[in-house]
Amino acid sequence: MTIKEQQDNIIADFEVFGDWMEKYEYIIQLGKDLPLIDPQYKTDDNLIRGCQSKVWLHAEMQGDKLVFTADSDAVITKGLVALVIQVLSHQTPKDIANADIYFIDAIGLTSHLSPTRSNGLLSMLKQIKLYAIGYQAKSVQQN
Amino acid sequence: METATAKNIIWPDIERIRNEFPILQQTVNGNPLVYLDNGATTQKPVQVIRAMQEYYTGYNSNVHRGVHTLSQKATSAYEAARHQVAAYIGAHHHEVVFTKGTTDAINLVAAGFRRAFLQEGDEVVISGMEHHSNIVPWQLACEEKKAHLKVIPVTDKGELDMDAFAAMLNPRVKIVSVAWVSNTLGTINPVKDIIAMAHAKGIPVLLDAAQAAAHTPIRVHELDVDFLALSAHKVYGPTGIGILYGKESWLQQLPPYQGGGDMIKHVTFEKTTYAEPPLKFEAGTPAICEAIGFGAAVAYVTQLGIHKIQAYEHQLTEYAVAQLKTIPELRLIGESKHRAGAISFLVGQHHPSDVGVLLDQQGIAVRTGHHCTQPLMDRFECPGTVRASLALYNTTADIDRLVAGVQKAVTLLG
Repeated sequence: MTIKEQQDNIIADFEVFGDWMEKYEYIIQLGKDLPLIDPQYKTDDNLIRGCQSKVWLHAEMQGDKLVFTADSDAVITKGLVALVIQVLSHQTPKDIANADIYFIDAIGLTSHLSPTRSNGLLSMLKQIKLYAIGYQAKSVQQN
Repeated sequence: METATAKNIIWPDIERIRNEFPILQQTVNGNPLVYLDNGATTQKPVQVIRAMQEYYTGYNSNVHRGVHTLSQKATSAYEAARHQVAAYIGAHHHEVVFTKGTTDAINLVAAGFRRAFLQEGDEVVISGMEHHSNIVPWQLACEEKKAHLKVIPVTDKGELDMDAFAAMLNPRVKIVSVAWVSNTLGTINPVKDIIAMAHAKGIPVLLDAAQAAAHTPIRVHELDVDFLALSAHKVYGPTGIGILYGKESWLQQLPPYQGGGDMIKHVTFEKTTYAEPPLKFEAGTPAICEAIGFGAAVAYVTQLGIHKIQAYEHQLTEYAVAQLKTIPELRLIGESKHRAGAISFLVGQHHPSDVGVLLDQQGIAVRTGHHCTQPLMDRFECPGTVRASLALYNTTADIDRLVAGVQKAVTLLG
């Protein structure tokens, strides 16, 4: 699935929720279901410090796709992280670097991206883009 | 002591008072706003907003400079605000320096001590429950002068270890700088004892009164404190202004903080002589409108009566603590006998930010995180807390909403 298709799927999933509680119940469940990051990658180097909750992000190339695993000490943040990973993991660095991320706004969670919320989500998105740009540059050099 | 119940916590004026705060009359995420983040900043009554609007619409002008009517009016209002704030804390007006806030006031004193008094091997005493703004300025000063920062330990209940403090007072200590009320734990520190003990050894004391100023009567002369810092925005006034109170003798001795206009007597390229305190410490055009707003804010609190506010908030705090304790798995961080209305807690293993997000969804504003007291969070081995902090316009209904909100958050988090 393309990044756009992944986002549209999530938006469709969120359309069925009647109120904020159902929405957050789902996010919390995603947070609990997110496969744990391999402990060896839960290092300070992979830590994206938000003011409130911590997010660890690990990136590696598998074939021509960039694969992300992540974790957070706060379960709602972890649920949001799971959504971001669903959209952006297993995509090519080029597609990730060029991606327009609109689903967070569309599902009414924009406040989580505000810098004042400082929950690490915004920093995580930036970091994912940086990895993608980095791997893209590397592959251009190698070719 | 009788436990506070919702029924016997009564302030007849509370509805009128709440109506004076326009911001409280709104819904957030579909619910009437419950604002419990007063430790971060308080809301502003119409009296303050109006005073500031009148300044900009009626007599905006620079102070201490012009001969024209508007400038004289602005200068009078600015200096009247200084008198109002001085009266609020029981000081003489010439002992009150307008600063950008508490942080700026502490930096002013720390910079002065660094330049004029601190020497290699000297000590500065702070406490383990200080806000970063009462840690970092002293750390910077100590680093530069090869002096040592000493920290009064905090007990499991969240109180200062006063025996340890007594043992720390020695001739090398140049200043003691501590919080009156902890922004994270709500602990009211025994400041009279601290001042008396330090003075017995000839050591001056600075009190960070940021979290005390809106909740406790302050009489600096009776306290005999040497310096006291506070911010207007935590006392129903605007952001960007606060004060440093300093005993006159100290303000004379401290070197200027910043150079510029308004703080000089005479300038030549060879030598500058300085204005008398407090203007010696007020370089540049001050926050005139904010000072006027600050004056209106303390006038507002004074008119309501700080003793009345203190008694009401005390009852409300007791009620809040008792109600929060009914939530299974809720753990208070800070259980001092003498406490103010900043109430920190954790629920089970849930991350404070998760609880905060779910409270916000219900229109309840609390603070989550480390509250700029990271060493204190390390002391209590938690990443942060959820903090509800009260002000004069809060009610038992707000507390009930908080408790129900936390319960709902816990259910959702599972």
